[in-house]
Amino acid sequence: MFDPLWKLALGLLTGMVFGLLLQKGRVAKFHVIVNQFLFRDWTVVKIMGTAVVVGAIGIYALLPTGAVSLHIKPLVWLGIVAGGLCFGAGMAIFGYCPGTSVAACGEGRRDAMVGVIGMLLGAGLYVVLYPQLSGLLKTWGDAGKVTLPEWSGTSPWLWIGVVCFGALAAFAVFDRSWGDTSPRLHKDTRQRHGAS
Amino acid sequence: MVGVGIGVLSWFAFWSADHPLGITTAFEHTSALVLKAAVPGLSESNSYYQDESPKIGWEWMLVLGVFVGSIISSFTSGDREPVTVPPLWKRRFGSSVPRRLTVALLGAGLMMFGARLAQGCTSGHGISGNLQLAASSWLFSIIFFSTAILTAFAVYGRTRNV
Repeated sequence: MFDPLWKLALGLLTGMVFGLLLQKGRVAKFHVIVNQFLFRDWTVVKIMGTAVVVGAIGIYALLPTGAVSLHIKPLVWLGIVAGGLCFGAGMAIFGYCPGTSVAACGEGRRDAMVGVIGMLLGAGLYVVLYPQLSGLLKTWGDAGKVTLPEWSGTSPWLWIGVVCFGALAAFAVFDRSWGDTSPRLHKDTRQRHGAS
Repeated sequence: MVGVGIGVLSWFAFWSADHPLGITTAFEHTSALVLKAAVPGLSESNSYYQDESPKIGWEWMLVLGVFVGSIISSFTSGDREPVTVPPLWKRRFGSSVPRRLTVALLGAGLMMFGARLAQGCTSGHGISGNLQLAASSWLFSIIFFSTAILTAFAVYGRTRNV
């Protein structure tokens, strides 16, 4: 039921750094998440894109040394498609994703605290329905734990190169639209104070 | 810079705990443990408990850590936001607290149900899975992002920026 103590402590430490980064990155805020989907604020894409590029380079560089191993999630077609649809709709309505809603609770956001209860209910529903769901998910097929380089028979570095290039191109194109995020934050703060 | 930090943190997580950064497994395990305690006999009748072994582990502490880290960060920088109805929501749906909390509860529940169907979320698929170049994660990310954009425009599209 419990991991060894060193592993629990390690998880807590890693989580604290993660929470600090999410809060500092301003993604624990409703308007930052929703405005990303409305193309008014590019913070989420910026942070996720950079994390993926930096993470990919490190993990694939460390892989031959044996210091790390891959943990690929299986491509269960129905699960990924239906899950993606539910997740996207739920996230846009809620205004936080699972990790950032926990960070939002730390910031004092009360709607995110209620959301955490909702997430426990959603997870509980999945557990209760698991016997039916696991049968249903199998009917659409499972492509297994496949990576893009394996699937295409190419080098992972080719893919990392493409992702890197895509990120740099996006930075160059969207650079202008990022300048206005701080005045918006300021305005948001002022408005809240005015309302309270 | 925050993105670089999360990228480096993911190296650390893979190397130190042999785990990708992920949030939702902890929620699933918590609910599974609560259900098991509340409904005796469930762990025999439900195949979930044969396939999975819910526990308080590294991932559970990771979620707790995110909460603690965010508290520390928000207090040290003075960026506290004790709001119930976010301004952008208020502009579209008014200042009703019960309405916002009900929708937050249901939206979050739907989101988590989807995350468990797909076995991951913005962290598990969106960051950890994509950086490993997992086919499942890239497909999930494309679907969830497109759906969220369509939903956001349908729900909040008529609001002016705040």
